[in-house]
Amino acid sequence: MTELPSRTNRKLGLVIDLDTCVGCHACVISCKGWNTENYGAPLSDQSAYGANPSGTFLNRVHSYEIMPESGGAAQLIHFPKSCLHCEDAPCVTVCPTGASYKRVDDGIVLVNENDCIGCGLCAWACPYGAREMDAAEGVMKKCTLCVDRIYNDNLPEEDRVPACVRTCPAGARHFGDFADPDSNVSRLSAERGGFDLMPEQGTKPVNKYLPPRPKDTMEEVDILAPLLAPIAEEPVGFMAWLDKTLEKI
Amino acid sequence: MHPAPSVIIFTSLSGIGFGLLFFLGLGLPAPKGWVAFVFFAIAYVLAVGGLLASTFHLGHPERFLKAFSQWRSSWLSREAWLSVAALSVMGLYGAGLVFYGVAIAPLGWVGAILSLATVYATSMIYAQLKTVPRWNTPLTTVLFMVLALAGGALLSGNINVAMMLLLAAGVVQIAYWIGGDQALARSGTTLGTATGFAQKGQVRAFEPPHTGTNYLLREFVHVVGRKHAAKLRIISLILMIGTPILMLSLTFSHVIALIAVIAHIAGVFVSRWLFFAQAEHVVGLYYGKR
Repeated sequence: MTELPSRTNRKLGLVIDLDTCVGCHACVISCKGWNTENYGAPLSDQSAYGANPSGTFLNRVHSYEIMPESGGAAQLIHFPKSCLHCEDAPCVTVCPTGASYKRVDDGIVLVNENDCIGCGLCAWACPYGAREMDAAEGVMKKCTLCVDRIYNDNLPEEDRVPACVRTCPAGARHFGDFADPDSNVSRLSAERGGFDLMPEQGTKPVNKYLPPRPKDTMEEVDILAPLLAPIAEEPVGFMAWLDKTLEKI
Repeated sequence: MHPAPSVIIFTSLSGIGFGLLFFLGLGLPAPKGWVAFVFFAIAYVLAVGGLLASTFHLGHPERFLKAFSQWRSSWLSREAWLSVAALSVMGLYGAGLVFYGVAIAPLGWVGAILSLATVYATSMIYAQLKTVPRWNTPLTTVLFMVLALAGGALLSGNINVAMMLLLAAGVVQIAYWIGGDQALARSGTTLGTATGFAQKGQVRAFEPPHTGTNYLLREFVHVVGRKHAAKLRIISLILMIGTPILMLSLTFSHVIALIAVIAHIAGVFVSRWLFFAQAEHVVGLYYGKR
């Protein structure tokens, strides 16, 4: 049923640290790799080596520039974006077939690809662009929080996290249970002021973003500079003659 | 939003078709025999043709039966049920008129209500979306309903009612455009809230995630053609409202009625194209586009 559960036992999700992300896109590639080779329809590419390559991705990294109102140095923020596994997921309730659902046990939002008719309405309902219709399969693809990794007993324990988290070389991505106030992600989000994307849309995202710290400002430390009067603002001697002569020509 | 021809054809034609079924259900008119057959055939071609067109944009149209399962939460599923119910009831009512010359009035009334409810469900598919501020208003429903009713009145030959409904549709359409132009700004969603950097300063999309295009940009960020929006709005009003009213005020003939109907349908197509092409999905903000 595409009615949302009134509550979920756990709230699995990600913390994405915008202060740490270096914008290397490794999470994008590992996500594409894992989710093409494992659960569900592969993430197809169209004309991958042609003039207009295009393909399905469940995670994409944008880059934004912030110009502080007070002046000062601009900041460049790398901004990975994938499904936020919202508590009030609008993509789930619009689904006519029941293919989209939110799991009661862990809160993961999934698509049953055998039931999906590919109408695209769930992608319309998502404000974050987290869902993409696969052009080859005609079904909706989205982040599964690597549901086939996190419970997979065949993998070593350190690999039982989403592929993007496992691969991030900067440690900018963290996986855990937000329903537990003592979990790594809950504490991280509380300590660093984790925030929601588009809170006004009322989707109650589970994933949290940690804000980038403002850049330091350099203090004036040169105590001699004010004492040194500028020398020779106007040229004298030969240079003055050269200046005048060149002006006349 | 991408103005997909299948969805424009679907919402325009099925709206008018169900509008016609509404008036037929009310017994305005209640033709018999062959005349009834022609009326119902036109209504069914429009309504069913529209519904069939809508399946062309599905990734897996062969699984359409599954779309009937989620009526408790999904407007798309409710629309599927209501359209089948409306077409079934009106089919029985129409059969009575065509084959037996009998108008089973209560059946017609139920069919009329179901026909109108179908248009309501169609409009709610769009009006429910908070992600598209231009659509996320009760006026979307009013616009779909009044256009369906005006088209229905026009096709069913209820000339006086059609004149009034066309005028009303024109007023609603203009109000919809004026209100819609400020909808995104009024929604409060900006690149600042999308990224969470609103308090930190001026945010600018510096670099997209990829050099090429993708599904999201193709589906949600339609900017080409918006530059002609003002001209298309006037063309739409002239075709959809002005021409039919002018034609209806002349002495009735079938040629004049045909011109009125064709102009109206063409105008509705233009209006519906603008409805999609001008709608800004908030995901465009992430790409520095609206």
